[in-house]
Amino acid sequence: MSYLDDGRPQPVKKLVDMDYLLNEAPREKHFITGAQAMAEAVKRANVDMAIAYPITPQSEVMHLVGDVFAQGHIKEYYRAEEELGTMSAIAGASRAGVRLFTATSGPGLMRGLEAIVSWSGHRVPAVLGILTRVINAPLSIQPDNIEMAYMMHCGAVMLHAENQQDTFDFTLAAFAIAEKVDVYIPVAVATEGFFVTHAKGYVDMMSEDLGYLDFDSVASPVPAMDNETPPARIQRDAPVQKSNFMSYLIHSVWQQEIWDSNKRAMKYIYQYLGGPIEVQNPEADVFIVASGCAAAQAREAWRYAQEDGLSVGLIKVKAIRPFPADEIRDVVKNAKALIVPEHNIIGWLCKEIKATIPNGGIVVEGPRVYGGMTLPVELIMKEIHDALGLEYDLQL
Amino acid sequence: MTKIVTEGPAGYMPDSAPMMGVELAPEGQALLYGNVVTPEEAMRDAAIALLTKDNPTIFPGPQVLWDWKEDVAEKSAAILDLASEIPNCRIIPMPDYRPKYPKIDVKAEINPNHPNLTILDNKIKACVFVGVHCHYANLTLRMIRAGTDCYTVALCAYMGHEEAMASIRDLHASDILRFKEIVIEERDKLGIKWETTLPPENPSLPKEDNSTLSPADYGEYRSLIISRKGEHVAEVE
Repeated sequence: MSYLDDGRPQPVKKLVDMDYLLNEAPREKHFITGAQAMAEAVKRANVDMAIAYPITPQSEVMHLVGDVFAQGHIKEYYRAEEELGTMSAIAGASRAGVRLFTATSGPGLMRGLEAIVSWSGHRVPAVLGILTRVINAPLSIQPDNIEMAYMMHCGAVMLHAENQQDTFDFTLAAFAIAEKVDVYIPVAVATEGFFVTHAKGYVDMMSEDLGYLDFDSVASPVPAMDNETPPARIQRDAPVQKSNFMSYLIHSVWQQEIWDSNKRAMKYIYQYLGGPIEVQNPEADVFIVASGCAAAQAREAWRYAQEDGLSVGLIKVKAIRPFPADEIRDVVKNAKALIVPEHNIIGWLCKEIKATIPNGGIVVEGPRVYGGMTLPVELIMKEIHDALGLEYDLQL
Repeated sequence: MTKIVTEGPAGYMPDSAPMMGVELAPEGQALLYGNVVTPEEAMRDAAIALLTKDNPTIFPGPQVLWDWKEDVAEKSAAILDLASEIPNCRIIPMPDYRPKYPKIDVKAEINPNHPNLTILDNKIKACVFVGVHCHYANLTLRMIRAGTDCYTVALCAYMGHEEAMASIRDLHASDILRFKEIVIEERDKLGIKWETTLPPENPSLPKEDNSTLSPADYGEYRSLIISRKGEHVAEVE
């Protein structure tokens, strides 16, 4: 065993590309929490630097990432002063051309949002874990994913993990997607706090002796601000906000470029994750459309419906941005009703789906739970029966 | 072939090429007017544009202006070879991406924040971008398509550019030399007589004289070159 200058062990790893790491490398089954799954993905992602400020339920993840740092799998790690500082530091570290990871939850995401929403425009290819939590007030630490609605319009790629396995796979894939030259924007991997982060599930993982290839700071659509790499005078982010001598068009085409980059990420979501949606029973009359933890409950309701012989299908939405509009439109073109269970009060997924299909009237708004409430499968079953014109004796 | 991406002016606030459904060409292929074609097909169309349209110009970006990476010198030499075979071709660099204040010298350079100024002032109807970082190349190509009627060619070391009329990806020096050969072939077919001639020197850049440099010339960066009080610098890289 060799050691780093600061005394930490230096693991010997075989560095491989993401196709091999995700889709070919042999895996072994482990029974771990979602927080462990995210940290284990970071361990294999060959991360250069992690920065974070603790907040429940994210603190479990970043504590474990701290352990991963202590084991020598990450080069640098520190606790910032608060989330705005954390997210600003991530943007700064990105200028040095390194692979970055951070995570936060609910109010922490809100506090860091000013910096986070500028990442896309600054072409910061960082990976952001979002372990969802109620946004105050009143104060609560419980799971509720309304914070994702605030993230949906900043240009970042957003993946929503259903369970511990997704959390592991999506986090690993996120690094590869973020760093593609034609993407090069942040990728957020969200999953529900506690329901996933603090609960155990089976996760198939490849050996920790494998690692993702080193970050290539040269293969970038913007110059890395690196004084060792001439020409050093190149300013990476032109001050286009000085509109007294700027064309307004530069800002508009810049915004287009961010959303084009977001759109280009879709082919990599197919490459690494098999596509942005998972569909069960594509010929069904009624579909449950859900993402994240709600997809786990939707899957259970779909299973019940199969047992009862009902014409029900399931669409699990893995990618929130880029939103799989074409894919969903294609699957539901003959559907009679879409039921959209969610863990938030505003129904952001429901709104997206309504805006996506030509016949938004078939979308059932709910069931929704929030404030940390669990999502009983029976609530979804009730909506299924209503949509099919059947009686259902709802008992909770 | 249906031309999706064409010379502009596309208008006040045009959709981007990806918004119009154009996707980057896969490895081994190129883009021509937003369609996936062979690199040869794209190069031939680009060559004809450079040979038949007014004031053909090559815009080299920072990645080929400084000898900062192993393959750059070879690539830059190939660009000069290419320029020498295009009749009356000029070279106008995009040396960096900062907005030019108070006013850009449109004879001397092009800038991604207002590239249309250089295109319009020089009446450039066909151009080649090479060595510009992809983000800035996309912004530039889109603004040119929005506001000018210039035919754009993108020679890209990575995945190419949807916004250009012709886009070549994974560019190496050998690809530039192949493009040069195609230019010569098409030139002969068109019956254009031309002796291999390097483009004229950039007209506006003053001759550099480093003999009178002082720390003051480094402005806000002067602290980087002046040793601190009591500091003795014995070694430099």
